[in-house]
Amino acid sequence: MSTVISLSDIRRVFIMGDQQFEALKGVSFSIESGEFVAIMGASGSGKSTCMNILGCLDRPTSGDYLLDGLGVANMNQDQLAEIRNRKLGFVFQGFNLLARTPAVENVELPLVYAGRSSRERRARAMAALEQVGLQGKEYNHTSQLSGGQQQRVAIARALVNDPAVILADEPTGNLDSTTSDEIMNLFTSLNRQGITIIMVTHEADVAAYAGRRITFRDGRIIDDTRG
Amino acid sequence: MDFLQTFKIALRALRTNKMRSFLTMLGIIIGIAAVIAMMAVGSGASYVISQQIASIGSNIILVIPGSTTSGGLRMGSGGSQTLTSDDVRAVMAECPSVLRASGTTRSTSQVVYGNMNWSTIVMGAAPELFDIREWPVVSGRSIGQQDMEGGAKVCLLGQTVAENLFGGDDPVGKMVRIKKIPFTVIGVLERKGQSPQGTDQDDTVFVPLRTAQVKLSRSSFPNSIGAMIVQARSEQLLDKAEEEIKNLLNQRHRITAGKEPDFSTRNLSEILAVAEQSSKAMSLLLGAVASISLIVGGIGIMNIMLVSVTERTREIGIRMAIGARRNDILLQFMTEAVLLTLIGGLIGICLGAGGALIVSHILEWPTLISIESITIAFFFSGAVGIFFGFYPARKAAGLNPIDALRYE
Repeated sequence: MSTVISLSDIRRVFIMGDQQFEALKGVSFSIESGEFVAIMGASGSGKSTCMNILGCLDRPTSGDYLLDGLGVANMNQDQLAEIRNRKLGFVFQGFNLLARTPAVENVELPLVYAGRSSRERRARAMAALEQVGLQGKEYNHTSQLSGGQQQRVAIARALVNDPAVILADEPTGNLDSTTSDEIMNLFTSLNRQGITIIMVTHEADVAAYAGRRITFRDGRIIDDTRG
Repeated sequence: MDFLQTFKIALRALRTNKMRSFLTMLGIIIGIAAVIAMMAVGSGASYVISQQIASIGSNIILVIPGSTTSGGLRMGSGGSQTLTSDDVRAVMAECPSVLRASGTTRSTSQVVYGNMNWSTIVMGAAPELFDIREWPVVSGRSIGQQDMEGGAKVCLLGQTVAENLFGGDDPVGKMVRIKKIPFTVIGVLERKGQSPQGTDQDDTVFVPLRTAQVKLSRSSFPNSIGAMIVQARSEQLLDKAEEEIKNLLNQRHRITAGKEPDFSTRNLSEILAVAEQSSKAMSLLLGAVASISLIVGGIGIMNIMLVSVTERTREIGIRMAIGARRNDILLQFMTEAVLLTLIGGLIGICLGAGGALIVSHILEWPTLISIESITIAFFFSGAVGIFFGFYPARKAAGLNPIDALRYE
């Protein structure tokens, strides 16, 4: 197993006016390929800040971040955009799909920015939708789909670029418990196929699906358990 | 990301808000339509003026008899009969800047052919007149030197006269009567159209000047002429020729300094050049007014694009999260703005051209829609999109993806 993510002594300081707030106070951990990790913690614990840095949406104030062997801590905005496009797949709590757009075109979007041909995009998007169990719904507009189906479209979009890691931010937060279980079972089966998943959640039963749980409090990791 | 994809995304965004897109375009549509219509009407007007200039002939100076005072009663211009055929000969012989000159007489008379008759202007003219005015015959022949010297009873018909007297028949060789004197029609002149004053130049019969003076005029001075038309050798020599004519005629008519001359000269091309310039100034002014409406339309586009960026903050965040670079976002919103203005521009061009055609049809006002004005309008509308789309697009591209994703 190779190391996909390696954080060492990550700090993130927010400056608001003359006040400084240190959201992450030296966080270090690494994640191996094929792991399913839940990041837990109360709000304000720093887990979202950590997730933004893991997702290359934000840059640490100090510390090193190796993603799939690449040092991304000092990359500029456009380089980070390319890393997000090639190495990461995002699943959000609010699904974040484009409204009034067919499912398949939502899934194609990362490939559009990767500059793939329309034929390749369509073929890969269809395959990803099949992988999440949405065959037959490819041309439905996202507004015509249920919450669980929308989240499946989002997962297909995260998968379509063959990312090194899928980052899920409270993926079941907007879903009822039955649908939550379906989505978590989907994540579990994707993980069994070898896909690395990092998920932020504050629900213990959702975190129980993961093979490893990292708990944050006050900008530090206070617990890291496997099994 | 390829351009086609950017284009498709922009088109989709505009389609989802059809009404708003249309209303946003309206400013550009009105602006471009106004520009196109104004330019069409303006250039139509200057086209007509330049046609009229050409119909008079180039580098023309008109010499007309001046006013005379008789017993304290001042006559208007042309009231005297002080210009004579001898003056014309002298001008031709002694003014080096003069190319050609012709005396003319003018009277209104009934012209009769068979049982048809028509009241028209009968002009006496030397053969040179037809060279000066670049007015050839379409059938028969023009007036020659021997007709002039012999005082031949021949005439040339303008198109309007020919149509009214002969209908569709060929008048050449036929006999018409002017003031009961029979004249042989030797030719029909080419159609000339309206004069700058709006009179029909084709409603004229020409007879040799000598014939008009001797046979048609009841004047006690058979040598006098109504006016002299002079053509200078070139445009540059126009002023010099006018000066030479004045000096020569002053000398011949014994006009000493301080005495009012008994003739006056008019430089026709100059008058018309002024008219053309004022019509150009007019269309420039109309164009300026129209461009203001374009700028207002552009500001409308900027406004709506800013609203659109705010409204679609979340979409921008999603696109950024999954790999859109700043330039992709910038380009997407720029494309939307330019697409808005270009579509608006195209609609405006169609409306403007249609409006100009309707105006020319209803008001019988000539319009000229040039390819240049359409091209300029098209690219200008695109430029408005680039200019007013840039700020909102840059605002979109500068968004922070984390904040954009969290935006409610």
